[in-house]
Amino acid sequence: MMYETYGTLNADKSNAILICHALSGHHHVAGKYADQPKNTGWWDNMVGAGKPIDTDKFFVIGFNNLGGCHGSTGPVSLNPETGRQYGSDFPLITVQDWVESQARLADRLGIQQFAAIIGGSLGGMQALQWSLAYPERMRHVLAIAAAPRLTAQNIAFNDVARNAILTDPDFHGGNFYQHGVVPTRGLRLARMLGHITYLSDDAMADKFGRLLRNAEFQYNYEIEFEIESYLRYQGDKFAAYFDANTYLLMTKALDYFDPAHDFDGDLNKSFARAKANFLVISFTTDWRFSPERSREIIRPLLHNHRNVSYAEITSAQGHDSFLMENAHYFAVMRNYLDNVAKECGHE
Amino acid sequence: MSNRLTTDRPDFAAIAAWIPPGASVLDLGCGDGSLLRFLQETRQIRGYGVEIRDLDIVACIANGVNVIQNDLDAGLSDFEDNSFDFVIVSQTLQATRHTEALIQEILRVGRQGIVSFPNFAYWKNRLNVLFGNMPVSSELPYQWFDTPNVHLCTLNDFESFCQDHHIAVLERHVMTGTKRVTVLPNLLGSTAVYRFQRAV
Repeated sequence: MMYETYGTLNADKSNAILICHALSGHHHVAGKYADQPKNTGWWDNMVGAGKPIDTDKFFVIGFNNLGGCHGSTGPVSLNPETGRQYGSDFPLITVQDWVESQARLADRLGIQQFAAIIGGSLGGMQALQWSLAYPERMRHVLAIAAAPRLTAQNIAFNDVARNAILTDPDFHGGNFYQHGVVPTRGLRLARMLGHITYLSDDAMADKFGRLLRNAEFQYNYEIEFEIESYLRYQGDKFAAYFDANTYLLMTKALDYFDPAHDFDGDLNKSFARAKANFLVISFTTDWRFSPERSREIIRPLLHNHRNVSYAEITSAQGHDSFLMENAHYFAVMRNYLDNVAKECGHE
Repeated sequence: MSNRLTTDRPDFAAIAAWIPPGASVLDLGCGDGSLLRFLQETRQIRGYGVEIRDLDIVACIANGVNVIQNDLDAGLSDFEDNSFDFVIVSQTLQATRHTEALIQEILRVGRQGIVSFPNFAYWKNRLNVLFGNMPVSSELPYQWFDTPNVHLCTLNDFESFCQDHHIAVLERHVMTGTKRVTVLPNLLGSTAVYRFQRAV
């Protein structure tokens, strides 16, 4: 399991924060590498010295999910039994498996109880699963732009994205590594679709509107509008580094995740185990994980008399808002975490 | 902090006097969370606030009180029936749009309701209107053109509302400043606090 840490673990090991990443995230959460000055962590605006998740006060851990393609064991890793990359032999992973593997990492680092477990999107769902699987092992859970379980629409988007990959002739049933190819078309389509759902209608209109690549219409199927150019660029960029099998298994893990599965579908019952204090955050224009999904997290917490606060951030950026700088969002995070830091002895 | 609070907001002390230790409390329009924090410190309550303003959400979080960002006029659908001992609306009722529906929601979610509001029939307010101006005071600090208050009322108005809506008033605490008013309250009291429940 690949992980990175920032800040210093205090003597009683009470100031650790675990950052759970979203679909395309990884262990490199903040800062830059000495030998790669352009490789900035994916949440560098939030995590660092003097930032809302303050590495002067907290020991922050970023990791790559099991099954990922950024260093943790996954479908691209070599299978010691065959000497070849796992590919389609890599088992499906559940959100619960992720939490189990992260718990072992915590054991290894000697952390019995996290000050907080924080995640956005898929990472928020992992943070929720943590609070149910190991209720004693964190004092706070921060679930941002998340949901207790995916809706039909969300599963549908995931399935279209997966189908783009599965039906790419270069996919070879998941064993494309042996054929020396990458299902680039599938990955690119999956990412293009994803990107549309991460942005709001307004954000897209603001950024691209009907802007044209050329001065005049060309009347062909080449790139005509700037939005097409943007999506293809994002798709190509993604296809160049992300593993197709990882994409499949991560979206599938999301689809399956339902804490109420063993509780007759009743979230109130499933959250009865949770003991942490919760901060739930949503963004007004996020339609992939809308504010209503966050309210589905709040209701069972209220039902079970848990401490919970909820902020609905006015933002134009859609689902991507959770990665962007926003005064209200950052003030909520900073003030909440300042109180968490006080519990760890930081005044 | 507590001393300053009870002078700044005399209705807080009146409200706190009615809350038994360990009660569950929902504070609608909780502002910066001062009342909830006061009740947590003096009554060890289990509480949540509901607020819409961004700055207040941040202040509540800094104050260490639970707060749910929500528009009161959109209802209280996140809260279950009879899930709180007390639902409090302190100096906010007059600024809600769907006030009648909100009072019904208070009594759906809470076993008892507590509201405090400025008494529009306070003699100084009457005098202002008599001389031809909208009242502006510490209880009503706004000008007519920037006031959030859309449903101001008097003690008499509130009590007849309760009667018409099968609401039983359990206690009333009327005051001017920090001083309790018992004589001619609808004329001499600037602020009223009521505790009520559904009439059986």
